[in-house]
Amino acid sequence: MPDSLSNTPLHQLTIAELLDGLTQKHFSSEELTQHYLARIDRLDSNYNSYITVTAERALEAARAADNARTENKAGQLAGIPIAHKDIFCTNGVRTSCASKMLDNFVPPYDAHIVTKFAQAGAVCLGKTNMDEFAMGSSNETSFYGAVKNPWSTDCVPGGSSGGSAAAIAAQLCVAATGTDTGGSIRQPAALCGLTGLKPTYGRVSRYGMIAFASSLDQGGPMTRTAHDAALLLNVMAGFDERDSTSAQNAVPDYTATLNNSLEGLRIGLPKEYFGEGLSPEIEKAVQAAIKEFEKLGATVKEISLPNTELAVPCYYVIAPAEASANLSRFDGVRYGYRCENPKDLFDLYTRTRAEGFGDEVKRRILIGTYALSAGYYDAYYRKAQQVRRLIKQDFVDAFKEVDVIAGPTTPNPAFKLGAISDPVTMYLEDIYTIAVNLAGLPALSIPAGFMQNKPVGLQLIGNYFAEAQLLNIGHQYQTVTDWHKHTAPNIE
Amino acid sequence: MSWETVIGLEVHMQLATKTKIFSGSSTEFGQEPNTQANAIDLAMPGTLPVLNEEALRYAIMFGLAIDAEINPLSAFERKNYFYPDLPKGYQTTQLAEPIVGPGKIEIELADGSSKTIRIHHAHLEEDAGKSLHEDFADQSGIDLNRAGTPLLEIVTEPDMRSPEEAVVFAKKLHSIVTSVGVTDGEMSQGSMRFDVNVSVRKKGEEKLGTRTETKNLNSFRFIEEAIKQEVNRQIDVIEDGGKIIQETRLYDGDTKTARAMRSKEEANDYRYFPCPDLLPVVVDKETIEQIRATLPELPNAKKQRFIDTYALSSYDAGVLTAERALADYYEGVAKFSGEPKLAANWVMGEVVSFLNKSNLSITTFANERMRAKDLAAIIERITDNTISGKQAKDLFLAYLEEQDDIDVIIEKRGLKQVSDTGAIEKIVADIVDANPEQVEQYRAADEGKRKKLLGFFVGQIMKASKGQANPGVVNEILLKKLES
Amino acid sequence: MSITADDIAKIAKLARIRVDSDEVPELSQRLANILKMADKLQTVNTDGVVPMANPLDAVQRLRADVVTEPAGAAALQARAAFLAIAPSSEQGLYLVPKVIE
Repeated sequence: MPDSLSNTPLHQLTIAELLDGLTQKHFSSEELTQHYLARIDRLDSNYNSYITVTAERALEAARAADNARTENKAGQLAGIPIAHKDIFCTNGVRTSCASKMLDNFVPPYDAHIVTKFAQAGAVCLGKTNMDEFAMGSSNETSFYGAVKNPWSTDCVPGGSSGGSAAAIAAQLCVAATGTDTGGSIRQPAALCGLTGLKPTYGRVSRYGMIAFASSLDQGGPMTRTAHDAALLLNVMAGFDERDSTSAQNAVPDYTATLNNSLEGLRIGLPKEYFGEGLSPEIEKAVQAAIKEFEKLGATVKEISLPNTELAVPCYYVIAPAEASANLSRFDGVRYGYRCENPKDLFDLYTRTRAEGFGDEVKRRILIGTYALSAGYYDAYYRKAQQVRRLIKQDFVDAFKEVDVIAGPTTPNPAFKLGAISDPVTMYLEDIYTIAVNLAGLPALSIPAGFMQNKPVGLQLIGNYFAEAQLLNIGHQYQTVTDWHKHTAPNIE
Repeated sequence: MSWETVIGLEVHMQLATKTKIFSGSSTEFGQEPNTQANAIDLAMPGTLPVLNEEALRYAIMFGLAIDAEINPLSAFERKNYFYPDLPKGYQTTQLAEPIVGPGKIEIELADGSSKTIRIHHAHLEEDAGKSLHEDFADQSGIDLNRAGTPLLEIVTEPDMRSPEEAVVFAKKLHSIVTSVGVTDGEMSQGSMRFDVNVSVRKKGEEKLGTRTETKNLNSFRFIEEAIKQEVNRQIDVIEDGGKIIQETRLYDGDTKTARAMRSKEEANDYRYFPCPDLLPVVVDKETIEQIRATLPELPNAKKQRFIDTYALSSYDAGVLTAERALADYYEGVAKFSGEPKLAANWVMGEVVSFLNKSNLSITTFANERMRAKDLAAIIERITDNTISGKQAKDLFLAYLEEQDDIDVIIEKRGLKQVSDTGAIEKIVADIVDANPEQVEQYRAADEGKRKKLLGFFVGQIMKASKGQANPGVVNEILLKKLES
Repeated sequence: MSITADDIAKIAKLARIRVDSDEVPELSQRLANILKMADKLQTVNTDGVVPMANPLDAVQRLRADVVTEPAGAAALQARAAFLAIAPSSEQGLYLVPKVIE
C-alpha cells in the first residue's frame, strides 16, 4: 500500500489496495472485518442493504484468512470482506431471495461461487437485499423492505441487485456479488456509481443461484473499480460440471490485460441507444466518455441494432415463462413457507403461493403461465424465441464491424422510491440492458458522470467471452477519469 | 353387433442405470424413504440437472434394437403440473424432439402368423416419487427416492386388436429390453409399467372410437384383464346408447376393478416448453455405431442361433430366448453338459416349473440355488449312466435342498443306478422265472403286444431293484432272456 | 389484448396461486398492459427463424453414471438435514394433505 493511503479509512480502500495492506500487515483481516461489521451495525438502518449479517462467521473466516496469510497460504482474496446477494445459497445461512416464501430457508449446501469465494479466502459479511426473486428494477419488491440509494436516500438503488449496490456505495462492504437477468447488476451499478459486470452466459456457474429465468440469469461482480471486478471475476468464472450450461472455455487472468493499450479499439455506438427516452444529460455524459476513449486511441462509429425496441417485449415473455416453471418448486412441501391449516392439497398450493409470493412475482408467474398456455404458446413464447434470435443476430452482425459497443446503461438516473408503480414503465427502464441477456453477451457498467448529483452509468457490451477486454477498457477509462472515486455524500 | 378393439400402449420403462437421470443419487430399489433423494432430486433452490450418459446410451440401444431412427438432435422440455411427488412442479421430458424415432417390433401370434407393431417413438424422462397413503390420517407421506429415476417412455401406434395381442407384444418387448439389458425388467418393482389406450369401433369402420387410458399396469395379467374389462365396459356403454368419455382410469390389481382418476379429470394444460437448464442433446453417427457394436444379440437372432447351433425346435428356442437370463442359463447348461437337447428339456421342464412354484427369478435361481454348471453335472450323470432320468429328478430336488457336491448326494441318497450286469441278470432271471405265464404270452405275441408286456417286466425289475437298475442294461438283458 | 376474469381464474389455477375476486380488476388491467407491450412482437416477420432457447450454441454435456451420494448412516444424516427444513414430515416422509388419485 502506498504511504499516501496509509491514513485513508479502511472502508474507502479498493480490494487491490486492501490486499496490499493485508500483505504488508498494515492491518489484519480481523480488524478490517470488524471495521466493516461495525459500520453495518451503525449505518445500514439508513439503507437496508443487508437482509442477514453473519458477523460471527465473518470474524471466524477473517481469523482463518489471517492465519493463512501468516503461513503463506493466502488465497487470491484472503481476508477481503465481501457480501453475497441473497439469491446465492449459503450452507447454514438463511437464503431468502428476499421472499416471504424463503424467509425460513436455510440451505444445507453452498452455491458454486460461494464455495469459490470461500476457497479464495474471502470473508462473507452477510447476504444483501434484492428484489424478490430478482424480479424488479428498483429493489422495492423485497419482502424485507425497499433499499435506499446512498447517493440520495429518497431514491431507489436500482435492482434487482440493489442491496449489493447500496452496500458497496455506502461502504458497508468493498465488493459484492450480484446476478443479472435483464440488467440486475449493471442498472444498480449505474444508479449507485459502481462498476458492475454481467459476464457471458455460462461464464459463471449458476449452481446454487436461485433461478429466475434460467436462460438469462448470470452471476457477476459488483465493485468500485474495474480492477476489483477483475479480481472477483478471477474467482467466480470457470467451468462447473454441475451446471449443464456452464462454459468450458479457458479462464484467463482478468487482471493480466488491464493495462493493455486501447489504440485501434473499434467502438460502436448503436443509434437506437441514443434516441427518444434517453435523458439528455446522460447522453452528454456518455458522449464525453466516448471522447476519452478516442483520446486513448479508440475509433468510434455509429452502428445499428435494428431490433432493439423488441428486446423489452421479448424479455417480458421469455423471462416470466421460464420463471413460471422455475418457481413451481415453491409449493410448501419440502422447504420454505407453508400456509396455516391447509384443508386439502389444492388449498395448500394456492394459499402457500398466494401468501408466500409478493405481487410482482405473482404477476410474472401469471404472465408466464399465460404465455405458455394452450392457444398462446405460438403467439407469445415461440414468437419471442424467434425474435430472440433476431436480437442476437443484430449483435453478431455488429461485432463484425466493431470490437465493443458503448452506450448508456440506463435512460434515466435513480428515480424516487415509489415513483414508478406501473410495471410496464418500470420494465422500460431496462431498455438498454435487456438485449444483452437475450443474446448472452458480457457487458460492463462503469461510472461516467453525474446527472442532478446522481451517478450515470456507461455500458460497454463485448463479444462472447470478451470479459478481459471489457475490464481492460473499463480500467483504462478509470485511469484517466475519477468518476469511480466519487463517494456518495453524507457517507460516514 | 360385432366390435373391433383398438389398443395402443405407452410403456414406462426404468433404465438400468446406477444413478438418476439428472443427479448422482442411487436408483437402487427398496431403500429407506428419502435416503436416495439429494438436493437436485428434492428440487432445492438453485440446483441444476446434468444428463446421465448411461441413460442416453440405453435409450439409443433400445432404438437400435427395434430398428428405429436415432434422432441426431433431441431436446428436453418441461411438462408443468403440480403434484406432491413431482418436486420441481414440472417433469423434465421430451416431446417434440424425442431421442428415438419411429421403429417396429415383430410379434408372433397364437395361430403362428406374425404381425408388426409400429413404435411411434420413445423418449427419455424422469420418474416421479411415490405418495404413501396408509400410515397417516388425512395426510399422505411423500417418498422421493424414485424421483428422477430415468425412464424411457415407449409409445406404440394403435396397432393391437385384442388383449391377447397386447400381451404378446408386452412380452416380446420385455424380452427385447431385458435381452439388450437396458432395464432389469422387474415388473413387480415397477421397472416396467404399462398404460393401455383402448377404444372400440364397429367392425369395418375406419374412424377410431373415443379412447380411454388405463394407467400403471405392472403385470402381463393385469394388462390382459384391464383391457378385457375396459372393452366390455365400452361396448356396454355404447350398446346402452351412451358415449365414451375420454378419461384416465386406474386399475386396481387387488380388486380387479378400474375407475376414473379424480386428479386427472380436469383438462390439463401442461405448458410444455424447452428446458433452459438442459441443452440440445446431439448424437453423432460415430457414437451410434459405437453403441451398435456393443448391442448384445437380440431375441430373434438368438432364437435362430439356438435352432442352428443346438438343433432345437423353433418352439423350444422361442421359449428359451424369451428372457435373456434364461437363455444365458440354458447356454451354460448346454455347454457344460455337451447335451443341448437334454439341457433344453431340463431347463424348460424342471427348472421353469421350479421357478413358477417357488416364485423365483432365473437370475436368483442361477446365482443362489443352482448354477448352470451344477445342472450340467446332473445331466452328465445321466449320460454317463450313473443315474437314471427318474433318479436325476430326485437328485435335482435333493441338490436344491442340500447344495452339496452332486456325487456326495448320489452316494448318500443311494441314487446310483446299478449297471453291474451280474446283479441285474440275477434280478431279471428272478422276475422272468416268477412270471411264466407272461413269458409265454410274450413269446406268442405280436410286436405291439410285446411292447406292452416288456413294460410289465421292466416295471417289475425296476421295482425289485428299488429303481436303481440301469434301464438300458435291464432292457438289453431282459430281451436276451425273453428271446432265448 | 384484454384479460377476462375467466382468463385470470384459469391461469391462477394452473399456476396454483389463489387470486381473490377483489384483486382481479387491477391484476387483469396490469396483465393486459404487459401483454399489450408483448404484442409488439407480432409486428415483426419471423418466418423461417429457428426459435432460440439458449444464448450459446452449446450442446448437452453428459455426466458419468457414478453415484455421488453416501449410503447407509450418512444417507440417513443427509435425509435428516433436508427433513429438518421441511414444513411437515414424519417417519422420513414429507407430509401433505391426503393425495387423492
